[in-house]
Amino acid sequence: MSETQHESVRLAPDPTPGLTKVGGDTPVVSPPAPRRRRKGIGWAARLEIALMTGPTLIVFLSFVILPVAMAAYYGFFSWQGYGPAEDFVGLRNYLLIFEDSTFIDALRHNGIIVVLSLLLQGPAAILLALLLNRQMRGQTLIRVLVFIPYVIAEVVVGTGWSLMLHGEGVVNAVLEKVGLGWLQTDWLADPKIAIWTLMGILTWKYIGFAVILFLAGLQGIPEELTEAAAIDGASYWQIQRRITLPLLGPTIRIWAFLSMIGALQLFDLVYIIWGQYVAATAGTSTMATYMVANGRNAGEYGYGNAVAVVLFFISLFAALLYQRFILRRDTEGAITGGRR
Amino acid sequence: MAVTAVTGRRAPHRSSRSRRPFSWTDPSVYFVALLLIATMLAPVVYIILGGFRTNAEITTDPAGLPTTWQTQNYLDVLTGSTFWQQVFNSTIVALATTAGVVTLGLMTSFIIARYRFWGRGAMYALFAAGLMFPLTVAITPLYILVKTLGLMNTLAGVILPQIGFGIPLTIIILVPFVRAIPDEIQEAASIDGCSRLGFFWRMVLPLAMPGVITVSILTFIQSWNGYLLPLFILNREETFTLPLGVQAFASEYSVDTAKVLAFTSLSMIPALVFFSLFQRRIVGGLTGAVKG
Repeated sequence: MSETQHESVRLAPDPTPGLTKVGGDTPVVSPPAPRRRRKGIGWAARLEIALMTGPTLIVFLSFVILPVAMAAYYGFFSWQGYGPAEDFVGLRNYLLIFEDSTFIDALRHNGIIVVLSLLLQGPAAILLALLLNRQMRGQTLIRVLVFIPYVIAEVVVGTGWSLMLHGEGVVNAVLEKVGLGWLQTDWLADPKIAIWTLMGILTWKYIGFAVILFLAGLQGIPEELTEAAAIDGASYWQIQRRITLPLLGPTIRIWAFLSMIGALQLFDLVYIIWGQYVAATAGTSTMATYMVANGRNAGEYGYGNAVAVVLFFISLFAALLYQRFILRRDTEGAITGGRR
Repeated sequence: MAVTAVTGRRAPHRSSRSRRPFSWTDPSVYFVALLLIATMLAPVVYIILGGFRTNAEITTDPAGLPTTWQTQNYLDVLTGSTFWQQVFNSTIVALATTAGVVTLGLMTSFIIARYRFWGRGAMYALFAAGLMFPLTVAITPLYILVKTLGLMNTLAGVILPQIGFGIPLTIIILVPFVRAIPDEIQEAASIDGCSRLGFFWRMVLPLAMPGVITVSILTFIQSWNGYLLPLFILNREETFTLPLGVQAFASEYSVDTAKVLAFTSLSMIPALVFFSLFQRRIVGGLTGAVKG
């Protein structure tokens, strides 16, 4: 197939290398042109391209792009999931969503979860990463153990925790034993407590991921900086606050982004622990559990799709805002961006 | 996921092993670390130990240790066919998803990284934009689509969408790996009479292996733990994957807590073994995947 190397048919100008704007303001590094310019491509190369990208494109377009487009389409119909969708209702589904106080509650819970995730997990994970970044015996083992809850399936985590947290479960029993019996409560059903229980489980499950990310970030901080500061007489905490934290900024901001998107789309743990109906009364329902409960489980597929579209746009909106105002500093490449 | 470019190399400054001087006394550092580990592991240990107890013991003293180590719960689960059927289903789904994602992802990454053609940038942008579409949003129409294709209650109905949703991250991670292969190697291969596809098989595949392994592990674990998609697609007991099985088992035997705990802890084992085998890679892969 080497004859194609010498054909000089240029099909089109090279796509712009460098930053391409994708999905709004998401800066994505697109592949720069290969360093050595090939002259052009011939039929053999075109065949290779078609054969090697074709299947990927088919799978991707049919199972990712098409369903998303279908969600947008069916969202305008009242449709029970069989036969063609004929009952066009325009924006009625969307109006119903925003008039439904159950959805507003779910949205509010999502908001609380986003904020609390950042406030609880962020500082704790930073402190733990600083701790584990010190040289100590068994460092590797500790890092692995911290990561274990993250690897365990959500279903296992949910099943296990709900067994431990119910009224006569082990958590209350341990509290009794250590003399904190007055703390005993119904961790899952009390609407005042349940969201905090959920936050505890989420923190337990996902903090390992944050710690590993931050540790990776810490390893990228040149040691010379902290050494120089130490020589100048800075204390350990001064060094962490003035040098390590600002330099860890980009990692923290990326983690916060991932955490935010994950919290907005939270489904598995809530659905497993609280089920489809209890979640709303326990004050832990999320937009995703609302979508499943009122879409598929209620047989209202048109409505479920409309909820999916709302969920998507809320996530997209949050992502764009975040990137516009917070991640932008990182793309500007300031080494100490994040500190004023 | 906003994952910035991934380099095939390890994070820089790995050598900073000898770190800043200690200002805390050693014991307190170890104490905090131990406390942390205890918190992370206590629930896992509780689930495993609970499987060795009887229901009476669990009811009267939820926080106690097993007095007589009951192996019956574990044996019941291990000798029943349900558990193994679900392990088998989960394994098939995870392996097929991983194989599909890696094969398709690597071929496409090779084309995007090393061919120049019209629409190349657009193709990359399309896949990158796929990161913005989470499975949660597409789940209802996916269910309809899978039903239309007649794939309800088949493992393929879970595998194909999982491959689709795994492709974007794979391409984002693998393209830089393939691009990092020096052109000189390709030239040398071509002088030796190697076609471009031969170059793909003989050079790209082995040289991109670190990236391929990272992607495989992430895909495998994600698929193994996947819940939402199987929940929609698989309604028949014999097609259940482990996560669905755990949930079904927990509601079926809701009075038999010890047995549920045994089933749950057994279903954790494969993921834990897989993780401990490859933990270095996972941690390394994440190190590369997010620019610090």
